[in-house]
Amino acid sequence: MNDTSAALVRPPKMEQAVNDEFSPIKISASNVDVFYGDKQALNNISLDIEKNRVTSLIGPSGCGKSTFLRCINRMNDTIETCRVEGSILIDGTDLNGTEIDPVELRARVGMVFQKPNPFPKSIYDNIAYGPKIHGMAADKDTLDQIVQYSLERAGLWQEVKDRLNEPGTGLSGGQQQRLCIARAIAVSPEVILMDEPCSALDPIATARVEELIDELKQNYTIVIVTHSMQQAARVSQRTAFFLLGDLVEFGDTADIFTKPQDERTQSYITGRIG
Amino acid sequence: MTDTTFDISQVKPDLSAKRIAKRYASERRFKLYGQVAILIALAMLALLMGTIIAKGYTAFTQTHIAVDVNLSKESIDPNGTGDPAVIGAANYRGISRSAIRQFFPEVSGRRDLRALYQVFSNGISFEIRDLVLKNPELIGTTQRIELRSSADIDMLTKGFIDRSQKQENRRVTDKQLAWYDKLVADGRVSRPFNTTFFSNADSREPEQAGVLGAVIGSGLTLLVTLVLVFPIGVMSAIYLEELAPKNRWTDIIEVNINNLAAVPSIVFGLLGLAVLLNFLELPRSVPLVGGIVLALMTLPTIIIAGRSAILAVPPSIREAALGVGASRMQVIFHHVLPLAMPGMMTGTIIGMARALGETAPLLMIGMVAFVATLPQGINDASTVLPVQIFLWADAPERAFVERTSAATMVLLAFLILMNLTAIMLRKKFERRW
Repeated sequence: MNDTSAALVRPPKMEQAVNDEFSPIKISASNVDVFYGDKQALNNISLDIEKNRVTSLIGPSGCGKSTFLRCINRMNDTIETCRVEGSILIDGTDLNGTEIDPVELRARVGMVFQKPNPFPKSIYDNIAYGPKIHGMAADKDTLDQIVQYSLERAGLWQEVKDRLNEPGTGLSGGQQQRLCIARAIAVSPEVILMDEPCSALDPIATARVEELIDELKQNYTIVIVTHSMQQAARVSQRTAFFLLGDLVEFGDTADIFTKPQDERTQSYITGRIG
Repeated sequence: MTDTTFDISQVKPDLSAKRIAKRYASERRFKLYGQVAILIALAMLALLMGTIIAKGYTAFTQTHIAVDVNLSKESIDPNGTGDPAVIGAANYRGISRSAIRQFFPEVSGRRDLRALYQVFSNGISFEIRDLVLKNPELIGTTQRIELRSSADIDMLTKGFIDRSQKQENRRVTDKQLAWYDKLVADGRVSRPFNTTFFSNADSREPEQAGVLGAVIGSGLTLLVTLVLVFPIGVMSAIYLEELAPKNRWTDIIEVNINNLAAVPSIVFGLLGLAVLLNFLELPRSVPLVGGIVLALMTLPTIIIAGRSAILAVPPSIREAALGVGASRMQVIFHHVLPLAMPGMMTGTIIGMARALGETAPLLMIGMVAFVATLPQGINDASTVLPVQIFLWADAPERAFVERTSAATMVLLAFLILMNLTAIMLRKKFERRW
């Protein structure tokens, strides 16, 4: 069994070793329970997310990985019946507590969604919106620089620099998703959450986004939900496996895919359940 | 289900030509039903429009009779003051009558003279006065002035009066016919475009009646309605859809809004009568009250349209905005509202178009009154287009028949204009995502 699962893992590069070193904790979740009405979606999740690392959340549909992701920027607040218990600390502060305003939190913790969702505005305005509402740019020049920087970081600048005033919805799917990543970068977040960012993209666009994730982790802490185990293996350093609302196993990506401790993890990564 | 030896390969789909032909036939049949339905609808519409236009187009012209009027200085402004008050107070009735008598020197006797004067509109003395007031330099000259004929003579020129009938059975006497023929023979009768119809308020005399009063009344009423209904409707829709908790109370509110949208409009008129007129003692027949009543009537429609427009904004846009750290209000005002606006505006215009055509509630608050002056503001007695149509349809004079249809055309023109605007707005602001 170990042979097949090992085949999923990309051969480790030299930098992989550096990446695998322990990094300070950015987000620390302990005993998190989430309820949708009466139904419990997450049971007692405790998970530490390290700074400047990519942490991937894997598991079958409905296992609660997206729910957990949305706890980190309090996106679940918008769902009326949703109730979150337990504590999630970001840099040691409880993000559900009174010290942090959810709006401020969402500026610090950016999010990229499953389906590319650019605003029906120009490419420029898509990026500039966040900086504008947070008062990041005092003048037009600064704003221009933020837009250029963000698009460059998202690897989109070369493709769109001549048509910044065209609607963002006119881009291809992969470009739209990179535009959404650029939009998240523009408010200079500390953490970027990605909810299956490549599920609507073709393999080439997926490869672009994965490369991007790899670059971005130098500056940002990234948490990514994915259905593709190959993707988890390729982009992440830590992997958490969720099943039916439980965190089954959490550890180094290489360990999870090569020598899983739990039988259920083993079954999932080899394709027997899920 | 119990037969475990069931073999799916034994039950083949029936792909026979007969079955396929049947399927195509039923598709064709269905398409045909649709086309027939559209044809019937179009035929009905054509019939409606055709009748209205056929009956009403004559109202857009008006018979005029040219008369040489002596605007002598002695009769208008003997002292040469040039003062409008003096000029305005002159005896134009006498002036017009002597001008008419001049052309018919043979007519004498009170009864005949009265019949002669009745060939002309009884508003001609005002026509002459207005002309002189506007052009005081005409005093002391003799002018050939085109004066409006009476409505009966107008009907005669338009061919609605049958000369072969006995005199008792028609509204124009034999003598009047003779005078009329003399005027025609002299080339004095013409039928220019009926400007009166578009520049006057209502009148008892058809030839002096116009729709402008009703158009202004409708405009003012709709203005009041729009000012009230748009902000309240949009804000209610936003609150209910974006901010209100989903609980029993909002359910009750929703049911009630949907109910109110279906309440007969006359009930809103009764409400206006009881609350606005009797309790708050607002004046009757005014656009202010009419506007409030129509606002109450259209509000549910606009809230429902607004809510569905907001609902049509994809949740992914809200999430995207929240994700970059927009507050709830920023999400609503920067993203949801701009995207929902075309739908809201379309809903509002359709609601306003319905309000424009509404009669029943306005009858209750006294807008059915006969108002012969142009309304000057929202607190001035006025009528509205559909009520004007209702009033004219009720009038016994033959000349009001064509005016009823003409006013209907004016109303339809405004409705078409509003609905076109709604479509253009939707086309212009429609966004795809």
